[in-house]
Amino acid sequence: MLSHCRALDLTDEKGFLCGKILADLGADVIKVERPGGDHSRNIGNFWHDIPDPEKSLYWFAYNSNKRGITLNIETADGREIFKKLAKTADFVIESFAPGYMDKLGIGYSTISDLNRGIIWASITPFGQEGPYRDYKDSDIVVMGMSGTMYQTGERDEAPLHISMPQACLHAGADAAVGSMIAYYHREKTGKGQRVDVSLQHSAAWFQANAIPTYELSGGILRRAGAFRVGMSKDVGQRQVWPCKDGYVFFNVIGGKQGAKLLRALTEWMDSEGMATDYLRNKDWDNFDMFTIGREEMASIQEPIGEFFKTHTAKELWNGAVPRQISLGPLSSMQDLLEDECLKARNFWKEIEHPELGTTITYPRQFVQSSEEDCSTRFRAPLIGEHNEEVYSSIGLTREELVILKQAGVI
Amino acid sequence: MEIEKNEGVFSGLTILAFCWAVVGPLTMKFFADHGATVIRVETSKRPCVMRVSSPYKGNVPNLNRGGYFNFYNSNILSLTLNMELPEARAIAKRLALKCDVFMENYTPGNMEKWGLSYEELRKERPDIIMLRQSGYGSWGPYAKLPAFGMVLVPIAGLPNYIGWPGREPLPVGVSAYTDCISPRFAAAALIAALDYRNKTGKGQLLDLSQFETALYFILPGILDYAANGREPTRIGNSSPYAAPHGVYPCRGDDRWCTIAVFNDDEWKTLCREMGKPEYAEAPRFNTLLNRKKNEDELDRLISEWTAERTPEEVMEQLQAAGVAAGVVKNTADIYEDPQLRQRGMFWKMDHPEMGPFTHLGQSFILSETPAKPLRPSPLLGEHTEYVCTKLLGMSDEEFVDLFQKGVFE
Repeated sequence: MLSHCRALDLTDEKGFLCGKILADLGADVIKVERPGGDHSRNIGNFWHDIPDPEKSLYWFAYNSNKRGITLNIETADGREIFKKLAKTADFVIESFAPGYMDKLGIGYSTISDLNRGIIWASITPFGQEGPYRDYKDSDIVVMGMSGTMYQTGERDEAPLHISMPQACLHAGADAAVGSMIAYYHREKTGKGQRVDVSLQHSAAWFQANAIPTYELSGGILRRAGAFRVGMSKDVGQRQVWPCKDGYVFFNVIGGKQGAKLLRALTEWMDSEGMATDYLRNKDWDNFDMFTIGREEMASIQEPIGEFFKTHTAKELWNGAVPRQISLGPLSSMQDLLEDECLKARNFWKEIEHPELGTTITYPRQFVQSSEEDCSTRFRAPLIGEHNEEVYSSIGLTREELVILKQAGVI
Repeated sequence: MEIEKNEGVFSGLTILAFCWAVVGPLTMKFFADHGATVIRVETSKRPCVMRVSSPYKGNVPNLNRGGYFNFYNSNILSLTLNMELPEARAIAKRLALKCDVFMENYTPGNMEKWGLSYEELRKERPDIIMLRQSGYGSWGPYAKLPAFGMVLVPIAGLPNYIGWPGREPLPVGVSAYTDCISPRFAAAALIAALDYRNKTGKGQLLDLSQFETALYFILPGILDYAANGREPTRIGNSSPYAAPHGVYPCRGDDRWCTIAVFNDDEWKTLCREMGKPEYAEAPRFNTLLNRKKNEDELDRLISEWTAERTPEEVMEQLQAAGVAAGVVKNTADIYEDPQLRQRGMFWKMDHPEMGPFTHLGQSFILSETPAKPLRPSPLLGEHTEYVCTKLLGMSDEEFVDLFQKGVFE
């Protein structure tokens, strides 16, 4: 859909996902790295555990469908080349510290003078302005400042980090949306603009009902470990349940949905002789999660827990699906690659890595469009892989490229 | 009742939306906040789960006083239709054909039942754009399965990355965490589809699965399995390549800070700031590999220092010295956060039932066309008459007649 668009992607891991989304929607996204390759190529894990900038699986994951060039924008030649490229581009996506590109003389204001339609997305830990603007970051610090971490973990222990970095993904995806809104505006008016994205802000944006709960009652949602927060006071509502070979996530809930679900689960348990009289006789229609007592909850949760322990996660899922019971097995990576639904929807795709002599499994697409193919088409670029084709397209000669290479510009 | 013409990037764009729970309004928010007229279809017969979720204003359940619903639905219009009645289905169809976009995230099967499938609508409007955004995709073996964010989190594998070594996996504390993932992917794709139609005249069906988009948030782990056969292990708050790296107790009730040190210089700075320069060169801590080897002791010593300070003190002192550190912010801290406030994450607006109430604001800043708070979240059916008479051109007589038949319940 965006095949007529070009994006220059100067981001490190803080902003990879933005360019990835635009690339999957068809844009020509050119990853611009410093000579020798971006430092984010050192993020593990690595293909076959060989630590090598051409084998970072993290790099692979979020840079497929992008081309790649090397350019040292701290040199005078590099800056001139960047300006030439920016004239051909619709989007610039960058994740440098606030003010860095301005200092080099190739910031938004300079480039927008050369190309008034340019859309410039800046992805930084805290944003371009504000009291935290110059703070140092890492995912654990930003996630801590976004509210999610405080609510994650065991009640009486330290808050827990999600060890797969998340803030950069919220921000990268937000940058893609912001860039697309700016693009829609530009197509109407010819005028580009700046998109200011903050990792902290994007990660803090969704916190379920925490903010209104605080505003309306002063209540602060705390960590609840394997249980669910809120609802009835002092009654643990289990969310993580051990099963025969792993874990399943399941909530005892009230309301119409809850009644349907608990009735179906009771019938299923009964068919295997594991429903207690209490469960069989329970009036689920008038079951209220807000007034439930400890004893009542135990009478419900204990037999359910016993039932889950007699089944594998797979058996529980297979039994839950036809009964429309909302129960989530904790998927391993293997489970995901073998998942029946993902397979049926043709979600996985083998992508060639010729220099590794193999293929690797990637998600095919985040959206199925009836009009355009939004698939992952090719692997992430090697260091400087498209230097020649990109630079020759803006008029650099082979002789110039040889000079620029030796001078450390490309 | 008149609604002023919206300003903004999407001014003039109309979207009919069958939204459910969080995914629907969050997706539509990107459009409504930038001037689109988003008409959300609801019914009192089966109100959105958000309208019947706590917290409530005054702690009394009321469809118009739910804090959860009202936090996420600003700038959106509410039209009530009882879709059990053929008249209501006819109105929905007329609107779907008239609007620029038809969006829905109900469990697949509902739109088909109501004659609102893409195939049906396309017959009468070949360039229609329809966005579907259910839990597992609009087709496939799980399509008919109702989805909850709480269940999608484990199915998408996230808890593999949450927990202490050797202990059980834990959920993301923000329940329904995956609900904020697909809206971003969907909004980007929908704008691309609108642009594509402007250029080619062609509409399309966009089908997103909340499950599939959530996998993009653990993608490196999936590739690690695909390439190396490795399953993730739980590592608490540590990092494979940084130490110290963790969450440390601070002075106060349930107060914590984070500290992350990625190189020797930062380590030396931290030691100096803690008043323990001798740690920097101590053989058990002088290199990253040694710090990793003695991480438990390292964390204990740092905890002794942080425990005597507030998290704000730790953050301000270490950040001033160039070490990454932060407050583990609870909701009160987030609510007051000066950075987020300056960036417009909260919009306080007068809501007819809530009074002055904080609505969710923007998630990024556009320099020329910033998102704007135009109106508070709608009361149930607040815009029914407006949509029917002004947008559909229904006569007052017809409206009253349908009203009496219960079409707008």
